[in-house]
Amino acid sequence: MFALPALIALPFLGGLAAWLVGLRNGSARLPWLVSLLTLLLEALLLLGVTGMTGGSGWRGHFAMPWIPLFGIDFRLDMDGLSLVMLWLNLAIAVPVLLTSSREIKERPGLYHFLTLATIAGINGVFLSTDLFLFFFFWELMLLPMFGVLLIWGGEHRARATLKFFIFTQGSGLLMLLSILALVFVHVQETGQLTFNYFALAGTGAMSRAAFPIMLGFLIAFAVKLPIVPFHAWAPEVYAEAPNGGTILLAGILGKTGAFGLIRFVFELFPAASAQIAPVVMAFAVVGILYCGWLAVAQDDMKRLVAYSSLSHLGYVVLGIFSGTRVGMEGAVVMMVAHGLSTSAIFLITGFIEERTGTRDMRRLGGLWPAMPQLSAFAMFFACALLGLPGIGDFVGEFLTLLATWHVNHVMAFFAAAGSVLSSIYALTWMLRVFYGPPVFAGEAPLGRPVAGVMWTLGAATVLLLVIGFFPQPLLDLSAPAAPQQIVSLAGGAR
Amino acid sequence: MTALLPLVILCPLAVSIILLLSRGAMPARATCGLVALGMGLCAAIAVTEAVTFLTGPASTGALHVVLWNWMHVGGFGAQFALTLDRLSLVMMLVVSVVGFLILLYACAYMIDDPDIARFFTYMTLFVASMELLVLSSDLLGVYVGWEGVGVCSYLLVGFWYHERPNALAARKAFVVTRIGDALFLVGLLLLATGVGRLDIGSVLAIAPMAPRPAIALGCFLILGGAAAKSAMVPLQTWLPDAMAGPTPVSALIHAATMVTAGVYLIARLHAMFLLVPGIMFLCAVIGFITLLLAAGAAMVQTDIKRVLAYSTMSQLGYMYLALGCGAWQAAIFHLVTHAIFKALLFMGAGSIILRVHHEQDIFRMGGLRKSMPVVFYAFLAGAAALAGLPLISAGYFSKEMILTSAYNVAPLFWLGGVFGAFLTSIYIFRCVFITFWGHERTHPHGRTTIVEFVPLVILAVLAIVAGWVQTPEVIAPMHLFSTLLAPVFGPLPEEHGGGMLLLIGSIVPIIGVSIAWALYKPRHKAPVPLETPWTRTLRADWGFDALYDVLFVKPYFALARLNRGDAVIGFFGAVAWVTRTGGAMFAHMQSGQVRRYAGWIAAGTVLALCLAV
Repeated sequence: MFALPALIALPFLGGLAAWLVGLRNGSARLPWLVSLLTLLLEALLLLGVTGMTGGSGWRGHFAMPWIPLFGIDFRLDMDGLSLVMLWLNLAIAVPVLLTSSREIKERPGLYHFLTLATIAGINGVFLSTDLFLFFFFWELMLLPMFGVLLIWGGEHRARATLKFFIFTQGSGLLMLLSILALVFVHVQETGQLTFNYFALAGTGAMSRAAFPIMLGFLIAFAVKLPIVPFHAWAPEVYAEAPNGGTILLAGILGKTGAFGLIRFVFELFPAASAQIAPVVMAFAVVGILYCGWLAVAQDDMKRLVAYSSLSHLGYVVLGIFSGTRVGMEGAVVMMVAHGLSTSAIFLITGFIEERTGTRDMRRLGGLWPAMPQLSAFAMFFACALLGLPGIGDFVGEFLTLLATWHVNHVMAFFAAAGSVLSSIYALTWMLRVFYGPPVFAGEAPLGRPVAGVMWTLGAATVLLLVIGFFPQPLLDLSAPAAPQQIVSLAGGAR
Repeated sequence: MTALLPLVILCPLAVSIILLLSRGAMPARATCGLVALGMGLCAAIAVTEAVTFLTGPASTGALHVVLWNWMHVGGFGAQFALTLDRLSLVMMLVVSVVGFLILLYACAYMIDDPDIARFFTYMTLFVASMELLVLSSDLLGVYVGWEGVGVCSYLLVGFWYHERPNALAARKAFVVTRIGDALFLVGLLLLATGVGRLDIGSVLAIAPMAPRPAIALGCFLILGGAAAKSAMVPLQTWLPDAMAGPTPVSALIHAATMVTAGVYLIARLHAMFLLVPGIMFLCAVIGFITLLLAAGAAMVQTDIKRVLAYSTMSQLGYMYLALGCGAWQAAIFHLVTHAIFKALLFMGAGSIILRVHHEQDIFRMGGLRKSMPVVFYAFLAGAAALAGLPLISAGYFSKEMILTSAYNVAPLFWLGGVFGAFLTSIYIFRCVFITFWGHERTHPHGRTTIVEFVPLVILAVLAIVAGWVQTPEVIAPMHLFSTLLAPVFGPLPEEHGGGMLLLIGSIVPIIGVSIAWALYKPRHKAPVPLETPWTRTLRADWGFDALYDVLFVKPYFALARLNRGDAVIGFFGAVAWVTRTGGAMFAHMQSGQVRRYAGWIAAGTVLALCLAV
């Protein structure tokens, strides 16, 4: 019964504990252990939730009144899609905390608190089925992120944070307006004031104002994901954030946008979103090619990966807006695989930065002999980026392309051309960083590989291979449940 | 017996994983032992499977092994499944047996390299991918193998990554073939949408009912993928550069197996290609152009490996010509003989390169006949097969089979093919005469080991005798190979004009060799490469590389570089700037002086009145 709220409360409380522990004696180790323990408990909890609920459709529920005057409930529901995203969130949290133990020297307790609070907020976003609650968590996951950026970011962190703030808050405002408009329309039609997702699902789609309301949601999620041309904040923020923050941003925070597209744009307004789908898909294709092209010109490794990440998210958008089941499931697989592979690559770039003191590829090169194991992992994840079959990313890419082909051949053709561009930038990254004559020969030795990093990379490798070769369980699990399914269920209960 | 089939893939894969996990800690000899064991097992199982299959009850049909369901969503399904029929059987044997011999050779070649474990990790992974490619019964499974061999090729071309040119060549090889792969992928999307699944049987069964333009487009896209993999014009520029890899890599990947994957794919889907004669014709034309251009370029190369690389392209051109002419058996037959003699030539070249201090320029070799006799005879056997010297070489029979079929489709194709054969015999014997005759210009050191000899000798014998399994009616009624493949491709069509064509085809290589002797026989003065603007252009691949560089590569990187800061970000930056400076500007107006405000109001009123009037 309380499993779902516990999933949100646990990271938050664990983070609080980590902060308090850090305040008392100031060492980085103790907060780190507390966060690790939190993640472990979270994993156990999630395992219980996964095991508890069989079958498809909506798997778990929780509801209690929050602000009855406005019809706002504390309402959480979990379907297969949210379950998958919760697991992904947990999986991304591991490398985030792992890098922090090496990177964050200053106020580690606070850092752990902010990171875990973000994770709690993200969990809330994935679970809440009350629109007000959803907005609440949406803000809750962003606020600590601003803190992470502002306190531990790079040289130009103030500027990056401002950009991030303006883009996300501006678009968040649009979403709030859309939510209020939707509620207002609902009141007009039924006379009932409620923020309940399932109740609103019925009216929203029918309303004449569906299109502008949907647009508000769409833009908010498009900024978060981001979809070109709303990506202007992303490369800079990715580059300026501390490595843990970057992993969090690229690995999971952006996915909340995709999740929102499925849950709130596509399922609340099927007709309106089908109407705008060709436009969004066209932007996605442009984004795939444009960002894939720009990735190759970057000198900063993190910016390269940021652009590659933007390029790959285009496939997610294509899958969602193809409006087919194949595309939707492909998009989910793509999100999971992309989350894992991108986090792994950011982990690698972070490790290289730690050892060589730079991310600038003009000053790197020939790292292979010095770091053979890390280079082998880099090669694997470069292959994941370029969509090698057998790795999870390919399954997502193929299914989304297949769905796109159903809808529009030309778009599918150009999106497939993105695989050429991805091979160019992925191999250019390999070329500039790992191949060629060693640059650091004779200088300070690059040191031994760190077991924790290697094990995390190894785990990501195994997971990606499993998804690549046996995607079926994930595909079966991840199908989003339709809001209509619960209307009858809830109606019966009341 | 079905249980054994996956082992053909698993054996090399297991070796690869073991070597990967050993992280280079295994001694070189143990590594070689493991590789020899794994590959030997793979070859033995392949041969056993082949024998049991051919003697078994299903010998004219196909044997299916379903491994597991890969994905099943909506209306689309794909599975990992293997099919053994007579075509995949031939390919499996080529990959396993030739692969085994080349890896055995590579053990000797790479024994002193400190990175030998990494080398064999890639090589065995390549073999596993290639086996998957030829055995998979699902086109998406074929695509897995297809991309797998591509990545292994990338890794092996860039194996000596310390040198930047190698790394660049590796990237080029992958990206150029990736263009074809993307086309192939789109072709798969098309077929998957039309058929709902991608297993080859269903695709071929539904193809005749499908609308013709869709099938034509699908065939075109698949042809594009195949052509890039096989280094056909216009996507051929990667293959010569790919010679940067160790020589056994060139022998295995860029001669015997990976580059012929496209030929196999088209032969596998021949029933679909037969429906669209236009695409067949395009295939023949691509092959025709490539075989002539590559033969021309091979005439003037100075690097022994580049001579062989261009000859590979040219020979692949013959295969595509055969495919385009519908001579499926001939194409596969040439694929097999070519795998044998080209692997032999590359390994011979590798032995030479090892002995002459990694020198690859044939004009700095010479007189090697006496110091390395075994290699010499082996290389000679390979050269004879490549040139297609009549009767005593395998290449002769397969090439004649292609030329005869080409004649029956269009005499021009035949004429070009014969001219190509003429050039072939000149360039390969130019290479032989310069390398092995005349004065010794680089003194060879060391010895060629027994482990190198064994594969060389086996392949040399095969290069001489393997052609006798399929001979023209005029010479002897021997049709083992076409009978073997008849259940897949149907019986061989009637030939016309056999005797005369055969005679011309037999004389031309001999003339070619004579001309090569006249031009490059040992003289007092050491031979020097011809240096004219023409030969320079030819040597640089007819200028294709330079052209692509100017047209595509440079603009792509330069424009991306120019837009590095991202114009979209710039746009939002401009919006922010306008807001900020605009704000600052108008902030000045708020001076607190009532007189100024009044002035502005007056000015505004006047302006408004002016606009109104």
